[in-house]
Amino acid sequence: MTERAQIVIIGGGVIGCAIAYNLALSGADDVMILEQSYLASGSTGRCGAGVRQQWGTRMNCILSRESVRRFETLNDTLDYPGDIEFKQRGYLMVAHSQKEWDQFQENLKLQNELGIPSQALSPQEATEIVPILNTEGLLGATFCPTDGHCNPFYVTDAYAQAARRLGVQIRTQCQVTGIDVKQGKIRGVQTEDGYISTPIVINAAGAFSQHVAVMAEVEIPVYSERHQILATEPVAPTLDPMVISLSRHIYCQQVPHGSFLMGLGDPDELKSTDTGHSWQFLHNIARHVTELLPPLGELRMVRQWSGSYNISPDSQPILGKGGPEGFFLACGFSGHGFMIAPVVGEALAALVLGEEPPVRISQLDLGRFARGDLIREPSVV
Amino acid sequence: MDDRDTTIICRCEDLTLRDVQRAIDSGCKTLDEIKRLTRCGMGPCQGRTCRPLVSAQLSRVLKMHPSEITMTRFRPPTKPIKLKALALLKTEAGDEDHD
Repeated sequence: MTERAQIVIIGGGVIGCAIAYNLALSGADDVMILEQSYLASGSTGRCGAGVRQQWGTRMNCILSRESVRRFETLNDTLDYPGDIEFKQRGYLMVAHSQKEWDQFQENLKLQNELGIPSQALSPQEATEIVPILNTEGLLGATFCPTDGHCNPFYVTDAYAQAARRLGVQIRTQCQVTGIDVKQGKIRGVQTEDGYISTPIVINAAGAFSQHVAVMAEVEIPVYSERHQILATEPVAPTLDPMVISLSRHIYCQQVPHGSFLMGLGDPDELKSTDTGHSWQFLHNIARHVTELLPPLGELRMVRQWSGSYNISPDSQPILGKGGPEGFFLACGFSGHGFMIAPVVGEALAALVLGEEPPVRISQLDLGRFARGDLIREPSVV
Repeated sequence: MDDRDTTIICRCEDLTLRDVQRAIDSGCKTLDEIKRLTRCGMGPCQGRTCRPLVSAQLSRVLKMHPSEITMTRFRPPTKPIKLKALALLKTEAGDEDHD
């Protein structure tokens, strides 16, 4: 007997689970998630876990603002027996160059216009929020108190549990090996465990989305890049907000558990789905972080790991139809998919079901690259 | 309250056999999943004590041979190391530090 589904989502990260939940909530039957490993095993579970609204494009500001609103009540919305650990202690974005500072001023105008409560701070004011901050060479900072941190494993688990209760089937350890396309239409998905007949496939495969797209005979302009993170031993609360420097490509925060997490964007990193690690990263991040936040030199690191950014030409996600009829894309999140997952989940579900999405995302379609309508995000690590 | 509530599996993160069992009951089939949902093995010892204990428990519940249980990935450091020591590391001979 051939297995059937109305909608198959490839990828059991936070994006795939959020889309599945919203589809089922809107009444879609027979929704299935196929995950090659376990839930949140890819980029979701490896990310820096930050949630920020201080972006440089209207689109990212709106997506993140709307997602913050949803994170605030997500435990209740999803009836989660645990806690997604959403803590709003802000993001402090530091500027060390005039160019950076000028960009921040522009970003602030945009953010404030959109109702995001970010503000400019002098170096002195910044140290009132982060007393351990080294102000040498610091021109200023911006701070948004409603930015924060959330636990990616629990958010994914919360969406997955809620989706299951609504009838979504989740298959882990299930590798997709092909997508059946006939006469320009999606017909089914081939997995290691058998064939599933379906008219709709959503590509939420994160670092592997370009490979999945090729299976559906469509090329998408994204690539995967390794990004490394380290975690320290837990210590008493020392740092409230996430501290981020775009020019030094670093971010550093203390999570509720007490550990510090810090990551580095390195232009020389591997362009692949590799999730290995390097000692050069340890040296680089330690050098930058101990310069910016000197007392952290006394902290011991206990672990390093890495995950993939799936990067698009304008550092914005690709959302919507692409390629054959019935094929949808939710990929290219460029390192900030986790923090916008709640609203992306709603928007994609609406798009697939032909309903009005909560946020206009038509600009994020695949066609923008051919049209030249890129919306470049200037503020990424 | 029984032995499962007082048997500590992960000393760093203060997790009992009950906590681990709950994770397995909720559908976890790998060490990685249990680690991510409970923090088991995420502490300073990085699973030196709990990894064999949890894999033994998994092999019992899933009726798999212990050798079939996939280990979590082994990553640096072997022992916790201060950031200020890492900051002083010299890069490979001849290499300039790069930003």
